[in-house]
Amino acid sequence: MAELNRAELNAIELDGVVKEYLSHGEVVQAVKGVTLDIAEGEFFSLLGPSGCGKTTTMRMIAGFEEPSRGVVRLHGADVTNVPPNKRDVNMVFQSYALFPHMNVWDNVAFGLKQRRTPQEEIRRRVGEMLEIVDLAGREKRRPREMSGGQQQRVALARALVNRPRALLLDEPLGALDLKLRQAMQIELKRIQREVGITFVYVTHDQSEALTMSDRIAVMNDGLVEQLGGPREIYEKPASAFVAGFIGTSNLLTGVAAGGVLELGGGRVLVPEGDGEVTVTVRPEKITISLDKPDGEVSVVPGTVGEVVYLGTYNSYAVRLGDGTEVTVFQQNAHDATTTAERGDPVWLSWPAQHSYAIGSRSTP
Amino acid sequence: MKRLTPYLLALPSWMWLAVFLVVPMAAMASVSLQTGNAIDGFAMTFSFSNYADALGRYSTQLVRSLWYGGLATVAMLVIGYPVAYWIAFKGGSRKSVYLFLLLLPFFVSFVLRTISWGFLLADDGVVFGTLKGWGLLPADFHVLATTVAVVGGLTYNFLPFMILPIYVALERVDPRVVEAAYDLYASRTAAFRRVVLPLSLPGVFAGVLMTFVPATADPVNAQVLGGTGNTMIGNIIQTEYLTNLNYPTASALSFTLMAVLLIGIFIYARALGTENVLEAAAR
Repeated sequence: MAELNRAELNAIELDGVVKEYLSHGEVVQAVKGVTLDIAEGEFFSLLGPSGCGKTTTMRMIAGFEEPSRGVVRLHGADVTNVPPNKRDVNMVFQSYALFPHMNVWDNVAFGLKQRRTPQEEIRRRVGEMLEIVDLAGREKRRPREMSGGQQQRVALARALVNRPRALLLDEPLGALDLKLRQAMQIELKRIQREVGITFVYVTHDQSEALTMSDRIAVMNDGLVEQLGGPREIYEKPASAFVAGFIGTSNLLTGVAAGGVLELGGGRVLVPEGDGEVTVTVRPEKITISLDKPDGEVSVVPGTVGEVVYLGTYNSYAVRLGDGTEVTVFQQNAHDATTTAERGDPVWLSWPAQHSYAIGSRSTP
Repeated sequence: MKRLTPYLLALPSWMWLAVFLVVPMAAMASVSLQTGNAIDGFAMTFSFSNYADALGRYSTQLVRSLWYGGLATVAMLVIGYPVAYWIAFKGGSRKSVYLFLLLLPFFVSFVLRTISWGFLLADDGVVFGTLKGWGLLPADFHVLATTVAVVGGLTYNFLPFMILPIYVALERVDPRVVEAAYDLYASRTAAFRRVVLPLSLPGVFAGVLMTFVPATADPVNAQVLGGTGNTMIGNIIQTEYLTNLNYPTASALSFTLMAVLLIGIFIYARALGTENVLEAAAR
């Protein structure tokens, strides 16, 4: 009974999905076995570098690729072999893929017309949707007469007007400049709340994923490395790959004993586990000081290398005794006291809870 | 000087057009209004009746030419579109090979190719002779010297000019746009009708122009593959010029043909919606 309910709640389920194809006579696995449940109404991101299998995964949900193995379910129904035109999901393509020979209105009305929706309803729904994406009054424009941001919103409207069970977005903001991209991120989130539809968002941009998502699946080499909320993924990366891919991260490796990792004349407090361990620390969690700090914190000495002024913060490259390079971000707050310069001997410190062991694979 | 540069760069092509198009056309226009004969010479008399006479005598052949040209164009479109589609979407890495094969016949002279069709289609030739020998065809069966032979020859000869522009247009269709149509619930047929076909119309437009005009004016196919009942306007113009040395009539017929074709093209462009065609082409 509980199982049944859960199945109904999930908008999308991937069960051991594998995609293989032949390349020069060799079998290549683009997706090596992905299992995911995406809940109704969720903003879910597939995040990873190019070639990690995120787009292939999305195309299997859309129906453009058929999985070699595994099952794709939409609202509990097996759609593994259902063609895209019979699936209740719509896609926003990377380059928008608007119909160049149709105006905005006809682009948006396309899906409804294909489904033989009554004229009156088409008029009402297309009108409403253009209102939502702020394109009312531009119905007669052709795609190539519009800016990138406007084309983007036409693509969004064209998909959303069909009220799909889920909307798939393939790097939809990639072609926009930074300012517009940030504005569209907020806009996308607003629209998603307004229409309440499940969004599956494919991106290689970690800040985009962190900003918008309820949950993120970080993919690498055809597999999901970590699945969790933005905070969890950022604060507690499950692997060195995730730690390196999401934001900047420092990796400290050594042999721990009794919850302490001796490192280049300092001591790093390790949450748990003895033996070979790799610990990650985010650059903004580290305090840089000229005097040795007191208290129950991780403390390591080092020498300042490059100092880069980045406006809201400074970035320090600090070399530890064992040669490890550690990046430290320090806010340019009004009370910023430390003005360490190149060549200065400094102390780095951070509270114990900001060291997260990934070598031991211990799950919190 | 800087402002003149683009015009100077265009000068050679303007001169080319002037020398090889405008001057001969003007000369021909002048000849078409003259009277006289080849022995005593021709004199300008502004006799517009040349046009009426020529049309009166040869309207049958003119209408027949348009009919044959139209039939051949339709046949080329029906054969050529699927070929272009197949090369553009299914050709994969062998596209250039298929395009080369398409152009291969051009390495043999146009007339020779037509004559070899004459051999193939001959009443007792390789194909029909053999079939008749086996009793598969009646002894009086023939294709040569019929409408089928002439229209078939035209279709064969001009087919690449139909396929190439359509191929270019289809090649430019973004496969993602077609996927978007599938994604928006379109069946394969609907995606073709609503997206692929409209986007390829500029190619169809160009292909029809590039085949209908030369096919209608062509004298070779009717001469080699046709009989006395298949004479086209191109044959008449050729005979008037080269055999009868009746230059005014030949010139008047040439101009008439040109006018008819231009009007036809204009109507065709309007019917297809030039606006859409040009807009799609400018994409």
